Amino acid sequence: MKIKLFYFAQVREIVGIDQEEIDVESDIKTLAELIAFLKLRGSQWQAIFDMSSSYRMAINQELAEASNKINANDEVAFFPPITGG
Amino acid sequence: MIMSVHVQQDLFDLQSITQQLKKLHNSGASVSFEGYVRDFDLGNDKLEMLELEHYPGMTEKALLNIQSLAMNRWHLDDVYIVHRYGKLKVGEPIVGIVVFAKHRKEAFDACHFIIDFLKTDAPFWKKEITNHQSYWVDAKKIDDEEKNKWN
Repeated sequence: MKIKLFYFAQVREIVGIDQEEIDVESDIKTLAELIAFLKLRGSQWQAIFDMSSSYRMAINQELAEASNKINANDEVAFFPPITGG
Repeated sequence: MIMSVHVQQDLFDLQSITQQLKKLHNSGASVSFEGYVRDFDLGNDKLEMLELEHYPGMTEKALLNIQSLAMNRWHLDDVYIVHRYGKLKVGEPIVGIVVFAKHRKEAFDACHFIIDFLKTDAPFWKKEITNHQSYWVDAKKIDDEEKNKWN
């Protein structure tokens, strides 16, 4: 299934791209499983996801938890804790 | 009720916005909050610019959601939220909130609530650019604590 990925701020700088579309096996059902898959891509991906305090997630533009389900054509975003205002 | 959120690069003038909105309502009170780019002691470094990145689409959704939460919690006449992104200079406004209500307590509480939620839920990220370097601002734990006080 296809999933759109977006990266912001430090996360964007570490992975070197701001968005991509990936095709993953449909046995990836949650954000946690997607993260485990992305970590196989290399050390910079592990660096982001090894510290739970260093990133936040959104599914279809709403803040999400690792246990949340993902579906085909979802928009998933990874970014650092928010610092607006 | 107008109820609007604005995510923009341009400067805004919160006083004139407040005056315009005031004409539309028979409110007894308005409370506003305005946040600015602040210079601070970085040793030999001088802050030249603040760069604000955001998540287009989610930002507007998050601000509308915060606005709805406030409208459902208090009796308000109007809520206006504006937040800038892009490159901002020292002294310029970053965020503006105006709340109109019949009574002061609702207006104070709702305005405070909105800025506390905005700090943790609206996807903006600040990068400080000094004359020597640039770095991302770290999120503060106190921001989560302030938000959780409202639960």
